[in-house]
Amino acid sequence: MFNSRNRAMLLAAAVAAVATAAGAAEPGYYGYGKIASPEEIAGWNIDVRGDDGAGLPPGSGTVARGTEVFSEQCASCHGTFGEGEGRFPKLAGGMGTLKHDRPELTVGSYWPFAPTLFDYINRAMPMQAPHTLSADDVYALTAYILNLNDIVPNEFVADQDSLAKVKMPNRDSFVWTDPRPDTMAKPCMSACANPADVKIVSTAEGRDLTPRTTGPLDTMQPK
Amino acid sequence: MPVRSKPAETSDPRLARRSFLGIGAALTGSLALGVRPGHAQPASPPAEPPWSQSIGPGVVDRPYGRPADAEADVIRRNVPWLTAGTESSISFSPLQSLHGIITPNGLFFERYHSGRPDVDPDQHRLMIHGLVERPLILTMKDIVRFPSVSRIHFIECPANGGMEWRAAQLNSLQFNHGMISCAEWTGVRLSTLLEEVGVKKEAAWAMVEGADGAHMNRSLPLHKCLDDCLVVYAQNGEALRPEQGYPLRLVVPGWEGNVSIKWLRRIKLGDRPWYSREETSKYTDLMPDGTSRGFTWLIDAKSVITFPCPEKPLSGPGLYEIRGLAWTGNGKVKRVDVSTDGGVNWQTARLHEPVLSKALTKFTLPWRWDGRPALLESRVIDETGYVQPTIAQLRKQRGSNSVYHNNSIQTWQVKPDGSVFDVQLA
Ligand code: HEC
Repeated sequence: MFNSRNRAMLLAAAVAAVATAAGAAEPGYYGYGKIASPEEIAGWNIDVRGDDGAGLPPGSGTVARGTEVFSEQCASCHGTFGEGEGRFPKLAGGMGTLKHDRPELTVGSYWPFAPTLFDYINRAMPMQAPHTLSADDVYALTAYILNLNDIVPNEFVADQDSLAKVKMPNRDSFVWTDPRPDTMAKPCMSACANPADVKIVSTAEGRDLTPRTTGPLDTMQPK
Repeated sequence: MPVRSKPAETSDPRLARRSFLGIGAALTGSLALGVRPGHAQPASPPAEPPWSQSIGPGVVDRPYGRPADAEADVIRRNVPWLTAGTESSISFSPLQSLHGIITPNGLFFERYHSGRPDVDPDQHRLMIHGLVERPLILTMKDIVRFPSVSRIHFIECPANGGMEWRAAQLNSLQFNHGMISCAEWTGVRLSTLLEEVGVKKEAAWAMVEGADGAHMNRSLPLHKCLDDCLVVYAQNGEALRPEQGYPLRLVVPGWEGNVSIKWLRRIKLGDRPWYSREETSKYTDLMPDGTSRGFTWLIDAKSVITFPCPEKPLSGPGLYEIRGLAWTGNGKVKRVDVSTDGGVNWQTARLHEPVLSKALTKFTLPWRWDGRPALLESRVIDETGYVQPTIAQLRKQRGSNSVYHNNSIQTWQVKPDGSVFDVQLA
């Protein structure tokens, strides 16, 4: 026995349920959480867009300042000239090797966009204390690494405007739509190959690259 | 019978043979008498084992349970020479010891770019802003209040098998295929959250970002966000493990694992992609002509035989069940074929229920091994009709300078002594 108010409420609930199921709920339907204030957003809004530098903060940095900061904060892992200590990534060189048998992918040889370098250093480096550098120092480090790769001159000053204008050598080599599937094999079921042609061309046997998969964790290094 | 030092499980078959003849022979002798290694008392028939003649620890002896001590080898493992340190690195699930489509939470593979952060769930926030009507900050309590869904999906790092582009290198199922795991995820649809903030008309992309030191971030097209992405707080029924993003992560079904941002803290809508370092310097595919592909998110169909494998060799001629896993980012697995002669002849394997979209699917095929050399392969066909390629077919298109998206057929060479090796065929 429903009075009209109850019926209206049921109807509203039913409509809301349908709306949600159909994925058409009004913004704020649940009303959970709180509206983010401009100050709160500003604190976390660190992303910089790679292709046009949207989001780059105010500030600037020179190659000279970058040289100093890099030797203090980065060289222990990446080497003074970005050559990379041990297995830490190389940040410079490899230009023109992308078609080689052993290509060397670095900021200079591979990265398509300079603002991405600012964004990455700012969000993720130095490895042991990420996101602790000032915007000026991140600009300076960006300038230094671009300079190491002979992409900008010694007197280059990195800032909001200049970074987006830097054209990276590999910029036009990226295709941003996925052309896969790469293969369209047919699922043959019998006599799919001449058994005489089935030959092992490589084996992991005896390569001594495989850590143990029993016992304690292996610390092996290749011989 | 939990015999730990079964010689056949030694990864190096030469060692296996040696120990079989040496220590193994001694063990076999004592086993015949029912003596458990390390135990003085006989425990197999006709003897009554000591655990049947004593009382064990009571409830809450282990308030949070753990595997039997004899399973201590079944752990995530890493390849120490692969990365500079363990903070930006990967560990592999021990697929050789797993029996179903669900990966136990403690064995789910790990991938960090800045180590495993220790996030305080009370202070953790999800901020959703950018091209939205109502920029929001949500607490974990807020997020759990939204309508919940549970879905079973795999997550695979696209670098799974990446060390095998040039040649067979690692003689191991765990290290060649263990960057995949599968769990039941519980959380809220990302589309629900986006409806709640109100997506502006110009929005076409989302930037998703983690609270780890790497502030890991990726761009995702809005249509995928609205299709099947989940913002989850639970994994196999319990809160996410810190390794998998506690307290909150994104799950992007069927796409490369890197986009399923862990420790999720921010979603920003925009009109174009961000081209972050992780989608330019990394997670792109260098082609033989020097061009590169970006935004190759899809996990192509892939399968692998998990028994036998280098870690689990055969113990002599006889009847076996070949077992394996198959998956595809395209949806459901339709069929898996198995070959024992290096791809000359194939037999269709049995798929085990449940066969779920963008989840691991188990297959088996009985096989009577005659003790002669064999080349075992599995080949999956997914619901779109896509057929898993051989490494030779894939290399023809992709060359061998790729790191990611090697979904080729795995060949296991079985030698007459039952040992198994990772090989590639012409
Ligand atoms: C403790 C070692 C360490 C220090 C110090 C360090 N880095 Fe790194 N850096 C790494 C590691 C490891 C990576 C790879 C991380 C990954 O892939 O997840 C990396 C990656 C990078 C990359 C990306 C390379 C590529 O081609 O993708 C850049 C650029 C970079 N670091 C710049 C810097 C700068 C600038 C500093 C100093 C402010 C710095 N790093 C300090 C360890 C370090």
